[in-house]
Amino acid sequence: MSVLNAKIPSGPLEQKWSYYRAHQNLVSPANKKKLDVIVVGTGLGGASAAASLGELGFRVKAFCYQDSPRRAHSIAAQGGINAAKNYQNDGDSVYRLFYDTIKGGDYRSREANVYRLAELSGPIIDQCVAQGVPFAREYGGLLENRSFGGALVSRTFYARGQTGQQLLLGAYSAMMRQVHLGTVELYTRHEMLELVVVDGRARGIIARNLVTGAIERFSAHAVVLATGGYGNVFYLSTNAMGSNATAIWRAYKKGALFANPCFTQIHPTCIPVHGEYQSKLTLMSESLRNDGRIWVPRKKEDVEKIRKKLIRARDIPEEDRDYYLERRYPAYGNLVPRDVASRAAKERCDAGFGVNETGLAVFLDLSDSIKRLGKKVIDERYGNLFQIYEKIMDENPWENPMMIYPAVHYTMGGLWVDYELQSTIPGLFVLGEANFSDHGANRLGASALMQGLADGYFILPYTIQNYLADQIKVPRISVQSDEFALAEKQTRERIERLFSVGGKTPSERLHRELGKVMWEYVGMSRTKEGLEKAIQMIRDLRENFWKDVKVTGSNDELNPELEKALRIADFLELGELMARDALHRNESCGGHFREEYQTEEGEAKRNDQDYMYVAAWKFLGDDREPELVKEDLEYEFIEVKARSYK
Amino acid sequence: MDFTLKIWRQKDAASRGRFVTYHLEGISPDCSFLEMLDILNDQLVQKGEDPVAFDHDCREGICGACSLYINGRPHGPDDAITTCQLHMRRFRDGDTIVVEPWRAKAFPVIKDLIVDRSAFDKIIQAGGYISVNTGGVPDANTIPIQKEHADIAMDAAACIGCGACVAACKNASAMLFVSAKVSHLSMLPQGKIEAARRVKAMLEEMDRLGFGNCSNTGACEAECPKQISLSHIARLNREYFKAILG
Repeated sequence: MSVLNAKIPSGPLEQKWSYYRAHQNLVSPANKKKLDVIVVGTGLGGASAAASLGELGFRVKAFCYQDSPRRAHSIAAQGGINAAKNYQNDGDSVYRLFYDTIKGGDYRSREANVYRLAELSGPIIDQCVAQGVPFAREYGGLLENRSFGGALVSRTFYARGQTGQQLLLGAYSAMMRQVHLGTVELYTRHEMLELVVVDGRARGIIARNLVTGAIERFSAHAVVLATGGYGNVFYLSTNAMGSNATAIWRAYKKGALFANPCFTQIHPTCIPVHGEYQSKLTLMSESLRNDGRIWVPRKKEDVEKIRKKLIRARDIPEEDRDYYLERRYPAYGNLVPRDVASRAAKERCDAGFGVNETGLAVFLDLSDSIKRLGKKVIDERYGNLFQIYEKIMDENPWENPMMIYPAVHYTMGGLWVDYELQSTIPGLFVLGEANFSDHGANRLGASALMQGLADGYFILPYTIQNYLADQIKVPRISVQSDEFALAEKQTRERIERLFSVGGKTPSERLHRELGKVMWEYVGMSRTKEGLEKAIQMIRDLRENFWKDVKVTGSNDELNPELEKALRIADFLELGELMARDALHRNESCGGHFREEYQTEEGEAKRNDQDYMYVAAWKFLGDDREPELVKEDLEYEFIEVKARSYK
Repeated sequence: MDFTLKIWRQKDAASRGRFVTYHLEGISPDCSFLEMLDILNDQLVQKGEDPVAFDHDCREGICGACSLYINGRPHGPDDAITTCQLHMRRFRDGDTIVVEPWRAKAFPVIKDLIVDRSAFDKIIQAGGYISVNTGGVPDANTIPIQKEHADIAMDAAACIGCGACVAACKNASAMLFVSAKVSHLSMLPQGKIEAARRVKAMLEEMDRLGFGNCSNTGACEAECPKQISLSHIARLNREYFKAILG
């Protein structure tokens, strides 16, 4: 039996959400304005939640570390957002989107959550269009779609290669309207450094004003974390430089369980790593796989010539190319899910067929489509991506196929939440990438935007009321309590401790070292030995960090070095939990690939008998190992099968 | 590659700033401009000196955080990119590179190369949206939109709010930024309903915040990393006249 109760409503799958809404508690308009909600993070989840809560009449305080909420990293999502509209008449339905998402997640997500997500996908598109999101359209004036990995239908809505930007600006402007109307108070350049729990309930946060360095207290009846993923544990990832895990990690250390930390997504189509000084990796949207074919040379001698730049990709005749995704997965071809595509690229590169000097790259070739559709059409669909590629690689992708390689992109794991998106700390809700809820062991492309907006526009505004309904008699929370004082004190001590180390090494260097360990042992493929080694190495790095880190300046100023060091200190703890989780899960599923557990064909081999559960970790103290708490996954409505894209 | 950098250093808004010269050696041409600054900061931190503060985040040209004025041009010598997309191969070995913050009355310096651009958020707050609440909206395909109109709306909506237009403008006008939002929304049937109120409110707010007037020199368009066209300013003017005359 599960120890964790996900509070899934009873009844048939397709009626659970309407049943929930019909029976939940609501807060009256007069009482809403007496209730405060803190929302940390202003990406798709946070901005849509803050806007929607403000519209309902709650008093919202919204926080972001950036100078403007519009810069949250949702802005960088390129390809699109899924919705089961079936506008293409190609056989899509809510059930099919639900099914694809469960299968794509390798049967490690909750049926009820995923079904609700699929159900809400349509209304999200309606909402965005009403806000003025300029989605791509057909000549007839209706919305256009494209395909993403793991689906046999075209259900992805998009705005050129800037879908995340347009959706975020929609949510951002809705939130700014509430700022104007006075329901949302905005705190930019503020970073949450601690969660405040009073009598077992989340009641506020401690945040650092990044301009003045002031450590400030903020209280509310409920706290919502929408602070994104933790892919930057790997140092090099497609995340923004500032993306960090501090908010969720602090909540974990205050009692919220952390679920499936080892489930990370390595995205197959990123611009390859090229130098030691490199600070981040850049994604080339999965949408390119609609019109692009992925290949490496079939012959080793061609590989050698390509690497030495003696020949170009186009000089290799068709019969000497290995379109390995089409070869291995004829049904889905280039549109297999990300985990499958990434591992296949690694397999070819490990076998010595990588096409750049490092041997870690494959071709993503759009030349057939350019020939078939013309440069104008391709430019309209992907023009900005071609420009990004050319600037970084100094090579013209119109003439030579792009070179790509997998890179860390997304984290499916996150704080454990129940059906109401509430963590194990009452009053603490978690949205979007920061929670673990909907993607299982692998997320399908164009589903992160869907989840962020479903959580923020349509789920939280309901479920939070079920919690707040019995809080209406609780007066505004004072920040003068002992709990706030203690949380502030702990935060100040953490900062002082960093300055007092007085070491020699800039934190960024130590972060890079952590990233190398994570990528090597907790990355695309993992082994028992490697993970055990990683845990020790991360501990050593952590110890070294607290002996050797150098943080310049003081707390009382704008201090990016301090900001980085605080984040890295938390990454150094989280990295170990990720390795521990990966070590305990003796199976391969989705993005979690343990070399010991694979089929003869090299596919991930699940162990449903022993591991069909959510692994949620409970913090017990800095000097103790965390406790594993399980939520069993029960599939009532779909048949659990081996995941095949052949 | 070796470079001499002249970088604007300013402790905080109240302090006086000055240029400080730094020398960097052995920089790879494939290094991005911001990675070059990372290398400089790594050296400064090791020496115990205060590293150069600059805004940056996504480092792929979309968040709009990076904002350097490089050799007299916002986002540096290349067209149609942000500073984070600029690479050192674009310079010559031995070059002296001058790096400054955006300079505009409405964008006060916070520290070094970081300025306060919250004025842009305030302009959006004044009316840069369609006033719909969550829920209760019609099906997305209920209102067909001419593809050409949707495309123009998207061209305008591509603005990343970096402020290069203001930095480039001799009047420090925010006209291109404002026009991008006005144009985006007024091209769509959903946005036409509030068009008159929106354009007036946003322009009033722009003036109130201390941005200058537009004199149509086109410097903003030339420096915009997203190539937002001056034609959006023309559309804004048309919307404005419609609003005050209508």
